[in-house]
Amino acid sequence: MIPAAFDYQRAASVEEALALLTEHGDDAKVLAGGHSLLPLMKLRFATPSVLVDIGRLTDLSYVRDAGDEVAIGALTRHHDVQHSDLLQAQVPILAHAAGQVGDQQVRHRGTIGGSLSHCDPASDLPAVVLALGGTLVVRGTSGEREVPASAFFTGFLESALHPDELLTEVRVPKVPDVGWSFQKLTKRAQDWAIVGCAVVRGNGTTGIGLVNMGSTPIRATAAEEALAGGASIADAAALADREASPSADINATEEYRRHLAKVLVRRGLEEASSR
Amino acid sequence: MSILGNRVLRKEDPKFLTAGGTYVDDLRDPRLDGAAYVTFVRSTMAHARILSIDISEAAAAPGVVAVLTAADLDLADAPPPIPLLNQAMTRPYLARDTVRFVGEPVAVLVTEERYQGEDAAELVMVDYEPLPAVIDLDDAAADGTVLHEAAGTNTAFMLPSPGAADLFEGCDVVVGPVEIKNQKVAGCPLEVRSAAAAWDGRRLTYWLASQAPQQNRDTLTAALGLEPGVVHVITPDVGGGFGPKIGGYPEEVLTAWLAKHLDRPVRWCETRSENMLAMGHGRGQDQTITIGGTRDGTVLAYKLDVLADCGAYPNMGGILPWLTSMMASGVYAIPKIEFGCKSLTTNTMSTVAYRGAGRPEATAAVERAMDLFAAEIGMDPAEVRRRNLIPADAFPYTTASGSTYDIGDYERCLDLALDAAGYAELRGEQQARRARGDVNQLGIGVSVYVEVTAGPTAGGEDAKVEILPDGSAKVYTGTSPHGQGHVTAWSMIASEQLGIPMDKIDVIHGDTDLVPVGVGTFGSRSLQLGGTAVHEAAGEVVDRARKLAADLLEANVDDVVLDKVDGRFHVAGTPAVAKTWGDVATAAGADGGLQASNTFTAPSPTYPFGAHVAVVEVDTETGKVELTRVVTCDDAGRILNPLLVEGQRHGGIAQGAAQALCEEMLYDADGNPTTSTFADYTFISAAELPSFELVAMETPTPVNPLGAKGIGESGTIGATPAVQSAVVDALAHLGIRHVDMPATPQRVWAAIQSAS
Amino acid sequence: MQVTITVNGEQRSNEVEPRVLLVHYLRDVLGLTGTNVGCDTSSCGACTVHLNGEAVKSCTVLAVQADGQDVLTIEGLAPSADQMHPMQEAFREHHGLQCGFCTPGMVMAAVSLLKEIPDPTEREVREGIEGNLCRCTGYHNIVQAILSQAKASAR
Repeated sequence: MIPAAFDYQRAASVEEALALLTEHGDDAKVLAGGHSLLPLMKLRFATPSVLVDIGRLTDLSYVRDAGDEVAIGALTRHHDVQHSDLLQAQVPILAHAAGQVGDQQVRHRGTIGGSLSHCDPASDLPAVVLALGGTLVVRGTSGEREVPASAFFTGFLESALHPDELLTEVRVPKVPDVGWSFQKLTKRAQDWAIVGCAVVRGNGTTGIGLVNMGSTPIRATAAEEALAGGASIADAAALADREASPSADINATEEYRRHLAKVLVRRGLEEASSR
Repeated sequence: MSILGNRVLRKEDPKFLTAGGTYVDDLRDPRLDGAAYVTFVRSTMAHARILSIDISEAAAAPGVVAVLTAADLDLADAPPPIPLLNQAMTRPYLARDTVRFVGEPVAVLVTEERYQGEDAAELVMVDYEPLPAVIDLDDAAADGTVLHEAAGTNTAFMLPSPGAADLFEGCDVVVGPVEIKNQKVAGCPLEVRSAAAAWDGRRLTYWLASQAPQQNRDTLTAALGLEPGVVHVITPDVGGGFGPKIGGYPEEVLTAWLAKHLDRPVRWCETRSENMLAMGHGRGQDQTITIGGTRDGTVLAYKLDVLADCGAYPNMGGILPWLTSMMASGVYAIPKIEFGCKSLTTNTMSTVAYRGAGRPEATAAVERAMDLFAAEIGMDPAEVRRRNLIPADAFPYTTASGSTYDIGDYERCLDLALDAAGYAELRGEQQARRARGDVNQLGIGVSVYVEVTAGPTAGGEDAKVEILPDGSAKVYTGTSPHGQGHVTAWSMIASEQLGIPMDKIDVIHGDTDLVPVGVGTFGSRSLQLGGTAVHEAAGEVVDRARKLAADLLEANVDDVVLDKVDGRFHVAGTPAVAKTWGDVATAAGADGGLQASNTFTAPSPTYPFGAHVAVVEVDTETGKVELTRVVTCDDAGRILNPLLVEGQRHGGIAQGAAQALCEEMLYDADGNPTTSTFADYTFISAAELPSFELVAMETPTPVNPLGAKGIGESGTIGATPAVQSAVVDALAHLGIRHVDMPATPQRVWAAIQSAS
Repeated sequence: MQVTITVNGEQRSNEVEPRVLLVHYLRDVLGLTGTNVGCDTSSCGACTVHLNGEAVKSCTVLAVQADGQDVLTIEGLAPSADQMHPMQEAFREHHGLQCGFCTPGMVMAAVSLLKEIPDPTEREVREGIEGNLCRCTGYHNIVQAILSQAKASAR
């Protein structure tokens, strides 16, 4: 299967990319690694008339120490996030989870920015960035703005990005001494998670992000708050699906997804507490 | 020393490893220069009347050479390919008034470029009036909605159950009836269906990804109304078959028809999404089992009733229940057996042969029945099996379901597998986990199977062996491989007989001009029929060569021997004066060359058998199953090349495990397929499987001179029930006695939920 | 659009439609048919090639994205016409292929995997080839081939 025809524009700079996005508006899609977009285009679920290829903007591929945070360029591939010494030391959950995305070939092409801006609730990384309380740096023709991860995922495959904006950087707090866990249940190793969760727990706070538990990646806020209020892991985990509105599909009923969220969050909290 | 029985590396491999094979879509044959591309427009409805088809926009699209619908064809609708199936259930090459499954071709496009076809196909507008879709087999049996009006019923084939009132008389314990599902699966050869055709005004050259070139030549000749000899079928490298690629599909025939109709070469290569919808599916039986016996573990009677899903247009899958019936007794000496079946049409793709084809369904049913019986009487499932096995001294043995098994030692096979698995230790570990209340429970599944290969309708197989003046040999075989390693195996057989080294033996197959007679590679028939034919033909060539050598040596033929070490003929005792194969072939040259042909037809089928032990860990909180071990002892008679045999076993085990654990071709209640890509259809990967532990056992069959039985399907037949049984066994302490396949996390979790 | 791609060490320049997938560029434009297409959804890995030395699925890369880059296919893996790459040898030695259709992609994925994990465990090999589907071998011999090749290069 092949994509429907489109105009191809290769951006040589962020500014050029923004200009192209401004010019083409909703008709345009940004192409980074292509591993979220091209499969949809091949099945003709997506038929953009213009593709703006930002793949050559190598200055958006980096993992950088930014004080209390680590800054990751949007074009940084999953493979590079996985193998970043800085992330392995300072934000190990993100390095680990990046190594769980798809398969090795996917990780060689797919980018963190692409994965986040695609806003697929079944994706692994949005839940991790949510659990970490990360920040997304967005650039438009009128300048740069920062969006907290909790405000970025606005709907099914919809983000807070305007059509003329580009996600350029992801910032996550350094959490070197904090417990963490990334859990996902798949039918097959390469598959999207039926349900997954990211847990970051330490210094008196807990962040829990859920995979595939609604139309967007979400936080398990009730469980987080229960823990802050001194609840046990078991009691908090029982609240893991409080904010969720999971869908039913061939892999799971809504009831089963809710059950899995509770089990995986409990396991995640237990594992996070033990390391 | 004989080369047979040795671990000989494949001759085929270097090309596949360095340049890749030459599959149909790879062909760069000059006869295909300027070929146009064929694309099908497929039904998006499971069951509907076609009100109109508007091709005008598509016809005007860039690069479109032709757009055709049923009205443009001069091809008669095809009845089901097997006379036992209801012949009124015909299939048009393109849907005419009615579509009967999602994916059925309704129009065909021919374009200059490959990419243009997909674009133009989107522009064909079909107006449908929906009809009720028949998906459930009980609904199909009720005939409330009938797919083929001319047939007046959805029943394509049936074997009525005798229904004896006293079947279970004398039984202390009767378990059942229990309904179990042998779900529909997709064959998934990694190469999809593909064809190419060129018409030169006289002959049709037709390249096809198929397991059976000669059969497809005949199908095509008949469908297109051509004279014998006009169609030339070539099967180049074929990327896996597993049954569904035996072929004869409407898309394939239409590709050939288009080449002639347009007088232009054409190529067709479907996408995976099309393949999932429109290549035949496998299995698809709803089974009802009842088993009875005494509390000492003796099974006295067994009843199996099958509703088989034919899909919309009955094909091979419709008569496979007959094979299921033949093998219903399995390895057990069950005195009384009843079988009944109905094969029914539904608004889904047709079912066809898929690795095992009717036998895995039989084994799955009887092995589930044995487990249920064992659970009911509280006996170890391996022990119950042992008590009912047909004893080794009882062969040939005729079962109550009517098969005569050639030879076997089922108990020894079971023991070998149990020992290798460490069965007692596994049970101990299982007890410990149960006692601890572990989240991860251990399950142990045991299956013992017997299957039929080169079955009752297998026919014969042809071979010709020819010696060239340079001393090399050509082996022509009617059975054309798609991964099995015939080139290596047949070279070994010929080399063994001729004393000509394997690298000087060329194996020719898959070209109906070069090999006009042949049946194909399916049903685990190739080695025992095709290989034997090579063995016999090569033997005849040696006899002829000895006569010629005797003339050259001026000796008596009875005194001439073939020295197989260096491939020379000499008078016994005087090796210094010898004639080479080249000498003999040269001498024969003027007289039609040195060659011999053989058609080998076996007096009866062969019955490979085996025992499988599967070990799983089940996460009882999530329902996730991990397959941790598979130990198998598979006896397929004499082993020609352990490397190839083990490869066949590995592949079969994986496919069996896949059906038990994760694979299912699903349709929703409206007939929409929900597993139509590899993203949705859970094709098993390396990460879901362990390495396999294989135990060797060789009991040569008396049925053919090689002593060989078929090995291609055994792994699937044994592994499917073993893995399924292991999943159930892991949950047995919760009171669970059955979980349908595939054991997906959700299904296993739901079973645990309903038990607790 | 004009693309210039170094394929198996040779610079190739062609005019392609932007939507042409790299796998179709390799197969249909350059005639390098060793790389196969087995699915539509980036699931099967039959189309795996190396892009700048790393395994990628060429069905999910546009030819225009590979413009100016370096591509290695199965046809370019062996060091010479009469010598196979050690991974190719290992696949033959261990009967890691049957029908051959997944083989080019599987071999390219295996070579890439060992570059990243030179001495993998069996688990790491199995997870490393999770994106390459094979219907014939049950993966057993493929895994053995990769493990043996890893051990051989470690020596």
